[in-house]
Amino acid sequence: MSDEEIEIIDGDKKIGRATFVKTAVGGFALLWGGMTLYPVYRYLCPNGEEDASSKIASLDIGKVSDFPAGSGKNFKFGSTPALVIHTTQGDFHAFKAVCTHLGCTVQYRKEKNKIWCACHGGAYDPDSGKNVAGPPPKPLMALKVDIVNDRVIISNA
Amino acid sequence: MFIGKREKRKVLYWLERRLHASPLIELALHKRVPVHKHSVWYYFGGISLLFLMVQIVTGILLMVYYVPELASAHASILKINSGVEFGWFIRSLHSWGANLMIAVVFIHFFSAYFMKAYRKPRELTWLTGVVLLVLCLGFGFTGYLLPWDEVSFFATKIGLDISSKVPVIGDIIATMLRGGTSIGQSTLSRFFTIHVSVLPILLMGLLSVHLAIVQAHGMSEPSDFTKQEDEEKKYEPFFPDFFFKDILVWILAGNLLFALTMLAPWGIGPEADPFAPAPIGIKPEWYFLAMFQFLKLVPPMIGPIEGELFGILVMTIFAGILAAVPFWDTGESKLKSDLATALGVITVLFMVIFSVWGAMS
Ligand code: HEM
Ligand code: FES
Repeated sequence: MSDEEIEIIDGDKKIGRATFVKTAVGGFALLWGGMTLYPVYRYLCPNGEEDASSKIASLDIGKVSDFPAGSGKNFKFGSTPALVIHTTQGDFHAFKAVCTHLGCTVQYRKEKNKIWCACHGGAYDPDSGKNVAGPPPKPLMALKVDIVNDRVIISNA
Repeated sequence: MFIGKREKRKVLYWLERRLHASPLIELALHKRVPVHKHSVWYYFGGISLLFLMVQIVTGILLMVYYVPELASAHASILKINSGVEFGWFIRSLHSWGANLMIAVVFIHFFSAYFMKAYRKPRELTWLTGVVLLVLCLGFGFTGYLLPWDEVSFFATKIGLDISSKVPVIGDIIATMLRGGTSIGQSTLSRFFTIHVSVLPILLMGLLSVHLAIVQAHGMSEPSDFTKQEDEEKKYEPFFPDFFFKDILVWILAGNLLFALTMLAPWGIGPEADPFAPAPIGIKPEWYFLAMFQFLKLVPPMIGPIEGELFGILVMTIFAGILAAVPFWDTGESKLKSDLATALGVITVLFMVIFSVWGAMS
C-alpha cells in the first residue's frame, strides 16, 4: 500500500497520511512558534510604568517677577514639556509645549509674537494657543495659570 | 620566505582535500567583466563593501568607550572626541564613513536601476539590494540618536512621530521602537541594540545572499552592449585586471574618507534636553532631507486624511513601484522600459531638488 492509500477516517472526510502529517507538523510549528514569539513580543512591549514624578496635578514655577512681560519660558510639567507666556498686556498663558504637528517642543518668539515650532515652521497664537501658520492641525493643549501669593502656579486645565 | 614548488603543491593539495574549493577558484578565475562606456558603475558595489568594512571596524572600536545610558551617552562621545587618543579619528571615520556609505549605496542602487540590471534573472539580486538600502538607512537613523545631542534627539522624535501616523501598525511600531510614549532611556537602549546587533546581523546575512547571486549570474550587461556582434563585445578577466582596478578605486575612496576625516572631524552638538524647545533651523540628516522637505510642503489636511499620512502614502507607493521594477519592466516592452527610465529620472530629480531646497530653507 502506498501512503496515499492509507486513510484516516474523520467523519465523512478522508485524509491521506501525507496530508495528516503535513498538517500536524505545520500546526505544531505554528503553536510552538506562537509559544515562543508571544513572550518575546510581550518582553519587547514597553511596560508603561511611568515614574511618579510624571503624574502631577500642579506645579509652582516661580515668582511673578521671574517672568518679565513679553517673554516666554519653557519648563517641565510632569513628563511633558510646557511653556508659560507673560504677554505684554500682562496676562499669563500656559500650554503644553508639544507641537500638534509632529510633537516637537515649541517656544515663544518675542520678535514674531508667536509660539513657534522650529521643526517645520508651525506657529501658534500666544494668547489662545490657536494654530495660525504652518502644518499644525490643532491648537496647543492649554494649561491653567493661577497667581497665588505672587507665585505662578500651573495646573491641568 | 622561500617555499619550494613541491612543498607549495603539497600544502595546496592538503587544503584541497579538506576544503574542496577548486570549483570556487575555477569560478573566480573565469569571472569576467564586460567593458563598455558604463563600466564605471560596476565599482560602486565594491566601494559600498569597503565602507561597510570601515563601519564594522570603527563601530566595534567606538563601542569600547561609548556608553548607551542617558546621563553618560553624550559625555562618552565627548570623551571619545577629546579624552581618548585618536578617539576623534575613529569617530569621524565612523560618521563620515556612514554618510559616504549611504551616498555610495544610493549611487549603486540608481546605477543598477538605469542599466536595467534588475531584469531576469536578477530580480532577487535587485530585491535584496533594495532591502540592503533600507537597512543602511536604518543604520543611519538609529546611529544618529546615539550621541544624544540636541539635533539627534529631535530628529528621532520627528522620525518616530511620522511613522506613528501610518494607520494601524504605525503607532505600535513607533511605541516599540521608542520603548514608551516619550524618547528616553528606553529609546536609547533600543536604538543601540538595533544599531549594533540587529541591523549588522541582518545586513551581513542579506549581503551574503546578494553577493552569492551576483557571482552566480556574473555581471549584467546593458542592452547596447548585448546588441553588439559577439566579436565586438569586450571583456576583461576579474582576476587580476578588474580586481586591481577595484583595489585602486578602494584606495581612492579610502583617501576621500581620510581627507574628510582630517579636514572636517565630526563635531557634536550640545547635550539633548527633552524639555528644551527644538533648536531653530533643525534638519534631519541629508539622506532624509528630501522626504522631510516634501512632508513640510503637504498641507495639514488633504480632504479627510492628514497631510503626513497622505505624504507617506504617496512616497511609499512611489518607492514600492520602483522596488517592484523587475516585475513590470521585464525588457519585453519598449514603452515600459522607457517608463522605468523616466520614473528613475523623476526620482533622482525629486531627490536632488528637494534635498537642496530642504538644505537651503
Ligand atoms: C552600515 C553601517 C553603519 C552605519 C551607516 C552607521 C551609522 C552611524 C551613525 C550615523 C552614527 C552617529 C555618528 C555620530 O554622530 O557620532 C553611528 C554611531 C555609532 N555606531 Fe554606527 N553605523 C554602522 C555600523 C555600525 C556597526 C557595524 C557598529 C558596531 C558593531 C556601529 C556602532 C556604533 C556606535 C557604538 C556608535 C555611537 C558612537 C558615535 O555616535 O560616534 N555602527 N553609527
Ligand atoms: S512638529 Fe511642529 S511644525 Fe512640525
